[in-house]
Amino acid sequence: MTRRLNIKDAINEALRQEMAADDRVILMGEDIAGGAGRDDTYPEAADAWGGPFGVTKGLLPRFGRNRVMDTAIAETGFVGAAIGAAIAGLRPVVEIMYVDFIGTSFDQLLNHAAKLRYVYGGKVSVPLVVRTVAGAGFRAAAEHSQTLYSLYTHVPGLKVVAPSTAADAKGLLIAAIRDPDPVIFIEHKRLYMYDEPVPEEPYTIPFGVARIVRSGSDVTIVGVQKMVHTALDAAKVLASEGIEAEVIDPRTYSPLDEQTILSSVEKTGRLVVVDESHPRCSLATDIAALVAESAFDALRGPIRMVTGAHAPVPFSPPLEDAYVPDAARVVAAVRSGLETTGS
Amino acid sequence: MVRIRIFEARVSAVAEAKLVDGYLHTYAGQEAVACGIIPLLREDDWFTSTYRNHGHAIARDIPLDAIAGEIYGKATGVCGGKGGSMHVADQTRGMIGGMGIVAGGLPIATGAALASRYLGRDSVAVAFFGDGAVHQGAWHEALDFAGLFQCPVIFVCENNLYAETTAVDYHLLAGSVAAMTAPYGIPSVQVDGMDVFSVREAGEEAIARARGGEGPSLIEAMTYRYGGQYEGDTQTYKPPKEVAWWRDRDPLLRFRASVAGRVDSTVLDTIERTVAEEVAAAFDAAERAPWPDLTQVTADVYTPTA
Ligand SMILES: Cc1ncc(C[n+]2csc(CCOP(=O)(O)OP(=O)(O)O)c2C)c(N)n1
Repeated sequence: MTRRLNIKDAINEALRQEMAADDRVILMGEDIAGGAGRDDTYPEAADAWGGPFGVTKGLLPRFGRNRVMDTAIAETGFVGAAIGAAIAGLRPVVEIMYVDFIGTSFDQLLNHAAKLRYVYGGKVSVPLVVRTVAGAGFRAAAEHSQTLYSLYTHVPGLKVVAPSTAADAKGLLIAAIRDPDPVIFIEHKRLYMYDEPVPEEPYTIPFGVARIVRSGSDVTIVGVQKMVHTALDAAKVLASEGIEAEVIDPRTYSPLDEQTILSSVEKTGRLVVVDESHPRCSLATDIAALVAESAFDALRGPIRMVTGAHAPVPFSPPLEDAYVPDAARVVAAVRSGLETTGS
Repeated sequence: MVRIRIFEARVSAVAEAKLVDGYLHTYAGQEAVACGIIPLLREDDWFTSTYRNHGHAIARDIPLDAIAGEIYGKATGVCGGKGGSMHVADQTRGMIGGMGIVAGGLPIATGAALASRYLGRDSVAVAFFGDGAVHQGAWHEALDFAGLFQCPVIFVCENNLYAETTAVDYHLLAGSVAAMTAPYGIPSVQVDGMDVFSVREAGEEAIARARGGEGPSLIEAMTYRYGGQYEGDTQTYKPPKEVAWWRDRDPLLRFRASVAGRVDSTVLDTIERTVAEEVAAAFDAAERAPWPDLTQVTADVYTPTA
């Protein structure tokens, strides 16, 4: 029997294995050691927080303060420092505690990390990983619940990865650390406890290769990160009605595996994209536009998008539940697409 | 102070009982700061807060029902339940609001102060923030702006020794927040943040200076948060000796000791009992209150225009 790991522990293992294998890999972020290292005054503090979700727990005792750097709350400073360190030979993995804090480090990422290779005519690489956390449904209110994938995806020079399973999280993170370019690695706070068999040895999953999570012939459903699971729930309901959905997890949004999505739509003739983010200028609109442009002839009905609202994420539990797409909305979108299907 | 203490105890209790969801940041231990500063403000003054805002809201006399309702996410909440605990706000009382991004409130309070000067008023603005905020660009840029344009703003640092799990002796290279204002030409003072009278005195001076057109200043109140970063935080990073030292300086006990002989202790006991009933009623009301209508998801994104 293969060992099971949840996403949180799979990420921890990926970091631990890469740090053990390559001493250029260092970690930086707020509270990633979480009070560990004050042991001389109070031994129990060795049981570090490891960030609010415990993802980096245990790494400070193993690798020391030189490699697990608790920073001040200064994202511009430490993201910028990580860019410089990456150029000068290190492999920094920095944590922006929540993707919502994008503004506090965005200039360094948008104008520097993303562009330096290009403007210097290919003379430099920035092997940087920025881990951050997205996702609604956690009752964390408007400034701690966003899924801002598209803001990063829009920027040429940044690679954007958003795993939905534990095995993918491990393989994609190791690939990100070994990648020569800046990678934004987005974790979903409501998926951390998702567990499945995960191989023990280090391995990589290449960027730009989507995963066909379920095959089907009647409709293609592309899910963005947590919405992969929502799409799968919907597919089960649809199957009971005799509708076979093909569910695709792109896994990386820059680069995007366009071919897998297009081939699937060519087979099924229908597309539903599920993205919990705001609808405008989102991954949903991006993937819908790709298909409309490159597989229009294959379409047998309208493309549907199931997304959050064009509104900040509300705190109130029933409002937040209404905000986040659920399987019922996906099923309804598939049905409505089928109803308006041509011949 | 008593109202805040009892209210926050109830917040911790309902969090533990899983009656409310989300991130709840309590203020217990820091009461003397809000209660030393906020009652000095006039109706036309402004202030900004952080995610740790219940104490500021209570000190500004926002009805407890409306705060508790917001924490529950109910329609009766001061923001209709849409903001939640981190975003309590009531602009009719000058509370611009609680903000979840560290140091996000400093430039905004500075701007409110700018408006007051521009409009020829003598109202002031206060920005509350924690010791962790001083590393943000927004902190430095706000101080720079306030110094440059002589905005009537008072920066109030609640130095509770921790930024989440990170201790101030690890992160604060200047040794104190008060020591960090010199380059911006902003006068500063460090006070005992467990003593409401010391905080009040510093507040009076800073507010008088701002109202009198003498520009910004900073107060660093040394205090301690009894709770975790948020409810549910096990706080393994806090040395027990340190906790005991600060508990001995509890602002409520200090207040009682300093008014002993002048105020009959039965009066104080009665206040505590009355407040406990008030808090219980507010939480009961929140518990029973209706949820917001689902149409609220997309309401209020933009201001209605005719
Ligand atoms: C820009 C930004 N970075 C990180 C965080 C996450 N965070 C929330 S509270 C906090 C610690 C703040 O500590 P401090 O300013 O001392 O305030 P306290 O909670 O102690 O009152 C951090 C790092 C955030 N909210 N905003």
